[in-house]
Amino acid sequence: MAKIELKNVRKSYGAVEVIKGIDLEIRKGEFMVFVGPSGCGKSTLLRLISGLEGITSGDLVFDGERVNNVLPSNRGIAMVFQSYALYPHMKVYDNMAFGMKLAGASKDERDKRVREAARLLQIEHLLDRLPRQLSGGQRQRVAIGRAITRDPRVFLFDEPLSNLDAALRVATRLEIAKLHHDMSDVTMVYVTHDQVEAMTLADRICVLRDGRVEQVGTPSELYEAPANVFVAGFIGSPKMNFLKGRFAEAETCATLGIRSEHIDLVDGPGPDVWTGKVVHGEDLGSDNYVFVDIGAEEPVLVRQPGKLNTPLGTELHLRPQPQNIHRFGEDDRPVEVRRPEMA
Amino acid sequence: MQQVWWKTALFYAGVVLIVVIAVYPFYYAVITSLESGTALFTPNFLPEMITFQNYVNVLTQGAFVRSIGNSILIAGVTVCFALLLAVTASYALSRVRFRGRGLLLMTILGVSMFPQIAVLSGLYELVNLLGLYNTPWALVLSYTIFTLPFTVWVLTTFMRDLPIEIEEAAIVDGASPWVIITQVFLPLLWPALVTTGLLAFIGAWNEFLFALTFTISETQRTVPVAIALLSGASQQEIPWGSIMAASVIVTVPLIVLVLIFQRKIVAGLTAGGVKG
Amino acid sequence: MSHADMVPEAANAPKSPPPEVNAGSGEAELQRQRIRAAYLFLLPMLVMLALVAAWPLFRSIAFSFTDASANTIFNGESEWVGFDNYVERSVRSNGEVRWRGVLVDGDWWNAVWNTVRFSLVSVGLELVLGMLVALVLNAEFKGRGLVRAAILIPWAIPTVVSARMWGWMLNDQFGVINYMMMGVGLIDRPIAWTASSDTAMIAVLIVDVWKTTPFMALLILAGLQMVPRDMYEAAKIDGIHPVKVFFKVTLPLIRPAILVAVIFRALDALRIFDLIYLLTPQSDSTVTMSVLSYRELQQFGDYGEGSTMSTLLFLIITGFVLLYLKIGRVDLAGDKG
Repeated sequence: MAKIELKNVRKSYGAVEVIKGIDLEIRKGEFMVFVGPSGCGKSTLLRLISGLEGITSGDLVFDGERVNNVLPSNRGIAMVFQSYALYPHMKVYDNMAFGMKLAGASKDERDKRVREAARLLQIEHLLDRLPRQLSGGQRQRVAIGRAITRDPRVFLFDEPLSNLDAALRVATRLEIAKLHHDMSDVTMVYVTHDQVEAMTLADRICVLRDGRVEQVGTPSELYEAPANVFVAGFIGSPKMNFLKGRFAEAETCATLGIRSEHIDLVDGPGPDVWTGKVVHGEDLGSDNYVFVDIGAEEPVLVRQPGKLNTPLGTELHLRPQPQNIHRFGEDDRPVEVRRPEMA
Repeated sequence: MQQVWWKTALFYAGVVLIVVIAVYPFYYAVITSLESGTALFTPNFLPEMITFQNYVNVLTQGAFVRSIGNSILIAGVTVCFALLLAVTASYALSRVRFRGRGLLLMTILGVSMFPQIAVLSGLYELVNLLGLYNTPWALVLSYTIFTLPFTVWVLTTFMRDLPIEIEEAAIVDGASPWVIITQVFLPLLWPALVTTGLLAFIGAWNEFLFALTFTISETQRTVPVAIALLSGASQQEIPWGSIMAASVIVTVPLIVLVLIFQRKIVAGLTAGGVKG
Repeated sequence: MSHADMVPEAANAPKSPPPEVNAGSGEAELQRQRIRAAYLFLLPMLVMLALVAAWPLFRSIAFSFTDASANTIFNGESEWVGFDNYVERSVRSNGEVRWRGVLVDGDWWNAVWNTVRFSLVSVGLELVLGMLVALVLNAEFKGRGLVRAAILIPWAIPTVVSARMWGWMLNDQFGVINYMMMGVGLIDRPIAWTASSDTAMIAVLIVDVWKTTPFMALLILAGLQMVPRDMYEAAKIDGIHPVKVFFKVTLPLIRPAILVAVIFRALDALRIFDLIYLLTPQSDSTVTMSVLSYRELQQFGDYGEGSTMSTLLFLIITGFVLLYLKIGRVDLAGDKG
């Protein structure tokens, strides 16, 4: 329901600046994901939006209103924490009603909203239990339910899935996606270090590194047109292959990037074909990852569907798909130079 | 294998030695308290006779029962008062960043370890000034000097360990610091409060110097002073039987409490001392 | 600004004033609200401590510069005498120079020496014995809980009671200790433990060590339990002798726990009063600073000299703590790391 604007937002702890001037607009009803390696400042940024941390300089604007000095509880936000942070001594019902109770909502109003949220998340049968009687997945649902009950204009998630096991993580991811669909007018900001979560959930992703925004865009924009080497390497799994030296020179760039799924196996050598021996193989059942040493700094990873019979030492000929080659200059940014025949 | 056997035996001998040394003096006090006449003055390892005469004497002569009441009242009030002030103070010290916090913590620790004699004359003057001399309130006031810093210190270390995200969830829910303490933290801190309160209670129960200085009449004495000043018919005759009976009476409740709360007490004693 | 090295956030807390841009908006509203609340929450405790600790301490120190006595302490008729209670130089009519005051008083220096001697020996013994008990309790064996419960008993017994109990056991005529020692032939006639000046200190040490070793053991045990078990496993696999493991691995790891335990105990030992006052009330060979000061105050009603002694004790203890913290780099606040 809210549009969030960050204008040159900075945060320092003493002399150490951890958020170094961020300009960002989060649209109404958008699912925005902050992603980046640990220490990039993504959690700090979320905490600045929540008000749990103070902003050192710059402006934070919700729907046109500057909220830098507004208490977290008055910003109309709800937050889901990594450790769920349920009140251990309160029943699920009271956990969910606590915020409304403090806000002075009437008993009927509280009851109505708690039950609505519980129905939405299918946790009605848990309302009389204590958090310690719940499984991890149930606790996470209650935490989300508590956030829904607050009827926020902004929903903040701080790595909510990282304490769950792999299977539950996928299931809960689906639920969060569904929640976003059901509550399409609520703005959601979600922090994760897992780019798969980012790709699957986000309307738009904001990639952060070292307190700065590297790129903002839809998942496919980031995948297809990364703004620099860092984003190219961070988004997509397995990681993009990067080649330097003569391989890059052949494409008139400083760094050549090619995703493992954009390399074809061809029968023999030729122009623009790389030849090398298999140094390692991983069979994932549906896909095969093959690591080929073509004389570059690191082996090139090739991803091929189905079964492959490529024992170690097999010689393979690789042809990168020309339309999917990413070319980066000395400054790690994409270069637009195209070879004449491709123009 | 033989060497292992030998080591095990030595180990258990050590264990037995530790237990015997720890427990024997109290056991001997119990035996003595059950004897009278000449049996009392014959060293022995099992009671030669069992009589409760010493207990009857202690409880009926003089004001010993009154002293027990005084001690319970004084230690109880002191501890409740200290906990009341300590809960809010330790929230501030453990969860809020502010200037001078480290210095304040060190000062509080300093006060709790300060020699009591160093404030004795000043406190004596204060107690008289307030008209509290020879009343239980003199002791409640003076015991605050060590129970308050102690409870603040221990509760601070306990509160520091509460998860930060629970507090942040409460902040987002709109809880003020006061609401966080009373509605979120206090229910989680009950075990810590019991432990801290118990340790402070034992400290106040056992205190001697202030109790000796600030009370004069027999009816105002606390238990330690009463035991210290128990005297017999004549100056020379020390009533060992009665002293031991009184000692057993005041020690048994403490030992029972300590055994029940064993784990919590160890946790409380080491909190603040050693941190992970 | 010494607080900067004590608060836990020292690593990332403001080391320099916040940037200028911050001056207008200040910290977040939330932080302001919390700091306001914190000061309010601390106020009752601080007022109380000022009343029962700071003010009496200040008055005690003030008394040490007066000739206050039992008669003048409350009516304000005591006179300011400067440092005369500490040391006073007077010249007699025949030109002889006389020094008097606590600092030239043989009894005082005897008490200082007794206190230091008692503290060193008792803390030393308790450290060694406490370590042994802690090592035993750190091993896994049946009945460990029982042993731990047993050693809590001496700790829980009031000092007054343990002084009386041991006074009885160490009684020269009827005491069970003499009886046992004569039974096994260690001595051939009863010892007057608490009365004889040769043995009074030993008697005090026995009781104090018995009563406080458990505390030491529990603190050290807590330290020991933080040493990862893998460490011992690894040393065992490498075939390192257990004694060497103890000195090279265990001891350095539990050093912080030991430093803290020792200072707590040392502070207790330096101010010891109850045990000595009750167990060996008349003995010059055990009288400590606290006992002497108490006698001066309560028995002789000399508030001037008594306060002088207590002030000196306070200064000695403060000096000791500062020195210890500096040398041992003890982190009592448990804030770092």
